Amino acid sequence: MTASATSAKPREVRDSVVIRFAGDSGDGIQLTGSQFSAASALAGNDTATFPDYPAEIRAPTGTLAGVSGFQLHFASRDILTPGDRADVLVVMNPAALAANRKWLKPNGILIANADAFQAKNLRMAGYAENPLEDGSLADYQLFQIDLSRLTNDALQGYGLSAKEVERCKNYFALGLVFWLFERNGDLVEDEIRRKFATKPLLLEANLKVFHAGWDYGENTELFALRYGVPAAQDIAPGTYRSIAGNEAVALGLVAAAHKAGLELFYGSYPITPASDILHTFAGLKEYGVRTFQAEDEIAAICAAIGAAYGNQLAVTGTSGPGIALKSEAMGLAVMTELPLVIVNVQRGGPSTGLPTKTEQADLLQVLYGRNGESPLPVLAARSAGDAFDTAFEAARIAIKYRVPVVLLTDGAIANGAEPWKIPDVDSLPTIDPNLLDDAAKLDGQPLLPYLREPETLARPWIKLGTPGLEHRIGGIEKWEKTGHISYDPQNHHNMVKARQAKVDAIAAEISPTELAGAAQGDVLVLTWGSPYGAALTAVRELQAQGRAVSHANLRWLNPLPPDLRAILQKFRVVLVPEINNGQLVKVLRAAYALDIQQYNRISGQPLTVAELRDAIVAVLPH
Amino acid sequence: MTLATDIALKPKDFATDQDPRWCPGCGDYAILAAVQRALAKQGVPPHEIATIAGIGCSSRFPYYMATYGFHTIHGRAPAVATGLKVARPDLQVWVATGDGDSLSIGGNHFIHMLRRNVDLKVLLFNNRIYGLTKGQYSPTSELGKKTKSSPQGSVDNPFLPMSLAVGAEGSFLGRSIDVDAKTLADVLAAAAAHKGTALVEILQNCNIFNDGAWDHLSSKEFRADQTILLEHGKPMIFGANRDKGIRLRGLRPEVVTIGEGGVTLDDLWIHDAHDEDPTRAFLLSRMEYPQFPVPVGVLRSVQRPVYDALVNAQVAEQRAAKKANLQGLLNGRSTWLVA
Repeated sequence: MTASATSAKPREVRDSVVIRFAGDSGDGIQLTGSQFSAASALAGNDTATFPDYPAEIRAPTGTLAGVSGFQLHFASRDILTPGDRADVLVVMNPAALAANRKWLKPNGILIANADAFQAKNLRMAGYAENPLEDGSLADYQLFQIDLSRLTNDALQGYGLSAKEVERCKNYFALGLVFWLFERNGDLVEDEIRRKFATKPLLLEANLKVFHAGWDYGENTELFALRYGVPAAQDIAPGTYRSIAGNEAVALGLVAAAHKAGLELFYGSYPITPASDILHTFAGLKEYGVRTFQAEDEIAAICAAIGAAYGNQLAVTGTSGPGIALKSEAMGLAVMTELPLVIVNVQRGGPSTGLPTKTEQADLLQVLYGRNGESPLPVLAARSAGDAFDTAFEAARIAIKYRVPVVLLTDGAIANGAEPWKIPDVDSLPTIDPNLLDDAAKLDGQPLLPYLREPETLARPWIKLGTPGLEHRIGGIEKWEKTGHISYDPQNHHNMVKARQAKVDAIAAEISPTELAGAAQGDVLVLTWGSPYGAALTAVRELQAQGRAVSHANLRWLNPLPPDLRAILQKFRVVLVPEINNGQLVKVLRAAYALDIQQYNRISGQPLTVAELRDAIVAVLPH
Repeated sequence: MTLATDIALKPKDFATDQDPRWCPGCGDYAILAAVQRALAKQGVPPHEIATIAGIGCSSRFPYYMATYGFHTIHGRAPAVATGLKVARPDLQVWVATGDGDSLSIGGNHFIHMLRRNVDLKVLLFNNRIYGLTKGQYSPTSELGKKTKSSPQGSVDNPFLPMSLAVGAEGSFLGRSIDVDAKTLADVLAAAAAHKGTALVEILQNCNIFNDGAWDHLSSKEFRADQTILLEHGKPMIFGANRDKGIRLRGLRPEVVTIGEGGVTLDDLWIHDAHDEDPTRAFLLSRMEYPQFPVPVGVLRSVQRPVYDALVNAQVAEQRAAKKANLQGLLNGRSTWLVA
């Protein structure tokens, strides 16, 4: 295969490269990007990806609204973000250039599909002149490739329609960049064979085009250099795979169900960017997973609550607008003290907001957005791989404490992929569902459905169908212990306090907060969720310059880690960067009455290393 | 572990130690007693039954049933019950709901439960009023009804619950009056035996906020002339003298008197509860007072695939076809080793 053949051209070794593919949402950009990242991961690079796609499935061809992007960072060292700006930008049309040019570094490589820079496309992208010809791209290393014509030339004699030929052109581009960055093409070829298994002509055509792209790089004078990014050396040993956050959430929950010996129920209503969790679960029936695609968000959580009552590991998943609809039922789960995991893949809000873009603005919603005193534990994943562990932990806590637990991720984590060190199933902790499944366990005492365990304050999870354990629960206030309806004033006070005390007790489960850097200094950068990677990268860079900066990330947002106050007090400045208007910072100020600084950008895009470095420097002593 | 085979169950085996908090004289008492009798007769022990309710007077039902029970939130009982039935097909699941609970705030769950044909037994207490909130018109209140929230008369056109249920693909539709113990017992027994969603509309009197709403059907004086008991395979006859019937002219039912104008028994509409075509069930659902006697009994009972059974069958099929291997699942399609 040509893709593994040696090249006659000189090579330059790079430590890391950020490449961004952009085109129409019908151009196969997401597929192209994920194949490049998979090949890079297999080559031993550390990788991080950022799909940046439009809300419209197929906006009119050539328009700015229809531009889909995929950014990939691959490196010969441990990296934590998909990169702030691209070294290489591949654009399939003028709109893709117009929308993505701002992401390309000065002197970066710009590969443009010159065929698409026609009058109509230029007009739709808002160009009066062709930017490939008017000198406006002089800051970049511009490579004009006639992708459509070259693809067409490669497929002479195949008898394909013009439309079919056009659809193959992304493989030409992929072949070219595979050549340029010395990627091994076997994986792409396998994927083409799998995808077109029933269409031999298209299979052959796409393989041909992919090879043609490779050969074009090797044989034309256009490219003088190839770039090598050697395998990373500082990655922990183990078996790795690439994983995106939504899949990691699903796998973490399936693993937890397995470790608890429970079947898993997932109630959900399709919503961007959470739907891939539903798709993943729907394919896992052999693991005892039942999926319920509900008529609405309310039914999705209510059915999950019914399944929790029926002793399954019950899960519902959605994004912010769905949480708004589920709020009343979340209160029911709080009141009935049933195990339930509620996944919120956050997106831009309010209202419909920015469905395909990322944000962290649902923290206060999940903490406080319900009627009455309605406390529940909240955890957040910091990256795609971390979403597995966080989901597992959410399920373990829900089962142990008989409580609904919120797991927060966001659009960037959900769709971004990174290498993930696969855990050994045997090394995952066993979860004891501790079901009350036999009336003999009552030792002749009456059944008390709200009798609390002294340590966890958990009530019994009663196995339905057991003779002698029939009982009633519901949303009306309960008598302590018996669970009967109660409007008694003092009892209500006690029960409000008990539900709070139960969530507070979970703090005992939280591991000591890990600090990157010294335990005291000028600045502590404190993150939760997806800004973790950019913040830690910025902190490492400043540490390398000798600055007294440390970083910590919170998996637990309710309850907060018991050691957090003492840690915060050791730093002159605590800076909390968030993709919201300052939500965690409000929680921390209220909890500790400390003067904590905030950094916020709410643009639907991940925070960048550069802006966080600047934000930290701004609060450092001069 | 099933007691039923050894010891006959009694209605009191289904009663809890909680005193019902319905108003004295409420129609709900008769319904509770009828359900407890029906369950005793059916013979499924209390621990194999779950009773799920929404919010409203009727939704207090689970507290008085010595089964597993869940008093959920307004309108959502069908959704909670669906999740429970999918998770636990071994349990018989009953839903207690009212006209406000299932036709207004929970309308969406109500229709989707019916179309999915989840194996649930649904008691729809229809008193044509909001009782727990003290007397506002409901989605089954008649146009022009004067209530606290409609002092000049309601301008909301009501639903006919059975018509809605036919449109929502309901596979079992039954109806009874709260005080008609015989019919209620028969309909409940048929509902319990049905596989799929069995909807039983119970015309229930709220003696505080809508007293006498069903008197034109329930009083002994009018019942025979103004209701018609449907019996599968039999001609549709009604009236105190059993001399009136329903004849179908094309798709138009009409009231006829047997023996008048040459009408004989052979001319009457023969009730076919198992007709796959829902057209006639829809015609029955439109038969309203005073133009027609109101049908009670089983309007429709057809077999079609049951949601929770299909879900669990797919799980069983996948388990039989594929070997679950969690480590393999975590490994995914392609891995690489970092040494």
